[in-house]
Order: sequence, then C-alpha cells, then structure tokens
Amino acid sequence: MTDETLLSARGLNLRFGKIAALVNVDADLWPGEVLAIVGESGSGKTTLLNVLSGRIAPQSGVVWYRAPDGRLVDVHAMPAPALRALHRSDWGFVHQNPRDNLRMAVTAGGNVGERLMAQGRRNYGSIREEAIAWLGQVEIDASRVDDLPRTFSGGMLQRLQIARTLVTNPRLVFMDEPTGGLDVSVQARLLDLIRSLVRRLNIAAVLVTHDLAVARLLAHRIMVMQAGCVVEAGLTDQVLDDPQHPYTQLLVSSVLTA
Amino acid sequence: MTIMLETQALSKQFLLHLQGGISIPVLDHVDMQVSAGECVALAGPSGAGKTTLLRSLYGNYRAGSGAIRVRHRGEMVDIVTASPRLVVEVRDETLGYVSQFLRVVPRVPAVEIVAEAARGMSAEEATRRAAAMLTRLHIPTRLHGLPPATFSGGEQQRINLARGFMGSHPILLLDEPTASLDNANRDIVVAMILEAKQSGIAVVGIFHDTDVRDAVADRLIHVLPLQDAA
Repeated sequence: MTDETLLSARGLNLRFGKIAALVNVDADLWPGEVLAIVGESGSGKTTLLNVLSGRIAPQSGVVWYRAPDGRLVDVHAMPAPALRALHRSDWGFVHQNPRDNLRMAVTAGGNVGERLMAQGRRNYGSIREEAIAWLGQVEIDASRVDDLPRTFSGGMLQRLQIARTLVTNPRLVFMDEPTGGLDVSVQARLLDLIRSLVRRLNIAAVLVTHDLAVARLLAHRIMVMQAGCVVEAGLTDQVLDDPQHPYTQLLVSSVLTA
Repeated sequence: MTIMLETQALSKQFLLHLQGGISIPVLDHVDMQVSAGECVALAGPSGAGKTTLLRSLYGNYRAGSGAIRVRHRGEMVDIVTASPRLVVEVRDETLGYVSQFLRVVPRVPAVEIVAEAARGMSAEEATRRAAAMLTRLHIPTRLHGLPPATFSGGEQQRINLARGFMGSHPILLLDEPTASLDNANRDIVVAMILEAKQSGIAVVGIFHDTDVRDAVADRLIHVLPLQDAA
C-alpha cells in the first residue's frame, strides 16, 4: 500500500456571491481507489469535482496531483496548455450529459480515435482498430463504428463517452453523475461496466453522485457534502450503514428501497 | 495458539439524531479473543447486539470506544483507528465477512460474483474453483451463468457463502450462514466451516441453529442486551 496520494486537496474555499460552494474542503485520493462525493443538489459536490480537476479555480486552497514521473504539481498553478495536456492523456472526465464531451457531428469511431490523435498518434489503421476494440469494451457493436452519435440511445451515448475517455489509459477519471438521467436497466448495465473497467484497469476515480446505491457499488470511500462542507467521510459501507452525522442519517433514511 | 482477533473494552452505541437524539447503547466493554483454527459462536437473545458486534469487528459499524485488533500481515491492526484505506486492505487480505443477505450486483453472473472474491490465482483457476464450490453447494450448473437477482433466498445465501469462503481469509465472520438452508446444504456448510478451521482459519459466527452451533463452535461468547438509556 503506497502512502503517496495521486490527488490531494487542502483548504479549498469557493463562494458564488452569498453562496458558499466549498468551505475548507480537504480531499485525498490514492492510486486505484474510487472516491464518491455524495450530497443533495446544491451541496457543492459538482463544484468540488470541477475544482479538483482544475476546471474551476478555488478562491483559496490548493490541489496537488502526482504526475507519472512522481513530481507533485499544483493543478491551479499549471500553465493552461499543461493542464489541457493532462486532461487529454492522464486524466479523463465523464460528464453527466455525454453531449458535453462527444462531438455529435463525428462518427463513433472518430470520437474515440480523436483522443488518441490528440496525443499525437497518426497511424489511422491502428487508431481505428483501437477505437473498435474500445467500442467492444463498452458493448457497442463494431458495426456502429461509422455511425453518428445522434443515432445512438442515451445509454449508448454514455458508453461511447466512457470509451472516448478511457482510450488514452488515464490514471485518474472524474465522473459527474455518470448514470444520471438513464433508465434503471441501462443504469445497471453502465454501473457494471464502470465497475469492471475501473477494477480491471486499476483506475482511480472521483465520482459525484446523488445516488447512494451507486456510491455503494463503486466506491471504496465516500465524502458526504452539505452546504459546501464535508460533514462526514470514511469507508463507504460504514458511512452508509452506520452514519454518524445528522445530515448523513437523514440522507440514508430518505432512500426508497424498491 | 496465535491470536487472530481480539477486542478490548469494545463499546458501541447508536445516536439517532432524527429521533430527538436518543442514544441506544448496544455493546458495553466487550472483551474477546479468537485464535487461529478456532470457531467462536456469539450467543444471546434476538436484539442483544450479536450482529452489531459482528459488524463492528468488520468495521462496517464504527465502534464507539475500545479496540478491535486483527492479525494482518503478521501485525495487530486496530480496526477502530485504522485509516479507511487500511481497513479496505485488511478486508481484501485478512478479514472475510458473510452477511445474511447477498447484495446483488446487477448483471454479474453468479459464478463471477464468487470468482472475483478469489485471491492469488489466475482468472481461469478462480472461475473453475468458484464453479466447483457452487456445485458443492448444490447450485446447478445452468444457474452459474445467471445473475442471482432472481434466485431464491436459499440460493442467494449459498452464492454469498461461496463468495465468503472463496477468499480463504485467515479470519472469517459469519452472520447466520445457515438461516435459509435445507438440511443437506446445512450439512455442507458445517463441513466447510470445519475444513476452514482445520486449515487454521479463525471463525466468529452467529448460529441460531443449535445443531450447527454445536457442530462447529469451540466456545460461546454471550452477548446480553443492555438496559436502554434515555
């Protein structure tokens, strides 16, 4: 068990006008680990994801990322091109709405291959082969490689986004409600897919979800947010089965079981 | 014998914020020791806190005070104070737990649910051994490839047991492992527990079936209900 974190945040604060989106938030993520951030809408979980991934700057606090060469880099002090390069290669970001990430006018295979080309790959034959292999990994039939994403269902679009994200073998993936807005049967398939890919490829992930069952299935650890504060954090099953904070107790007891 | 698990002054109470902050004490200064190759049964009336104790040992419930030390990689690790990451590692390598109910993962076939709990072997070997264990527990081959969501309670429990035994953890916690099993399957589970003890595994279990308990347990630890405090 390595003690070196992959990502560490200390003392993050961010206000939008009168609204405190992040209040003194600390977070740590180790290699190969899945961390869930849960809480109701407006609790600051997506803001935290955006700050951890360098997409929004905090008003105070720091986010450190350990680069593959072992150096610690300050995510918010990096030059913009370096951060973009990180997002293109070492990191992945899975959006709730796949249309925010996919190019709708480019074929499915092109969407996956584009990330490889952005890394400088130029052999179109091998890029296409790899794209087809990744479509297979996310259970999209190879016959759909030249189809446009607009002919895909919502669940397929989400799977295509995951293929596009993982094709560069990222070490760290940020996921914002990856199963939100999907039918439950499609959700189950996607969850199983994310779970097996994360395990098999040993990817570290920060997962934002309001669905506690999703957190239980995927995450080793969990952070519970309320009004910008982390009110409870720990082992996923311990926090969900024996919640200590009043807000977590409310959250857990409010879940309907089918 | 090597002590594999011990508690010291383990106490646990539930503080229910949504019910006006009432506090329900369940465990008060529990001291216990379990050695390698030994099976200890938690005994006591329903509601006394047996499952709470077992779940606390696993770190599923957070102990209020006291220590829970388990032998992990040759050293005693206190589950109460260990970092969540270390608890994850301890559960991976040292501490197995079979709950009363299988938490099914959508779409994953029964044989895979069992096989993925295996440690230190190839995927093929794990699948082969998982299938053999399911067959031993009378799960017909035609069900191995199906996700267990639609299986009967007894079948799900046997999947859960197979998964628990597959990991061959040095310490195994069993919560009512035979509750919904028929006699034939119950006898197999008894045999599996005896084999686990033979191989040096320390077992802590809750067994309502006294025949099962008498067959597997070396000792009883009595868990008695505490007076509820206001």
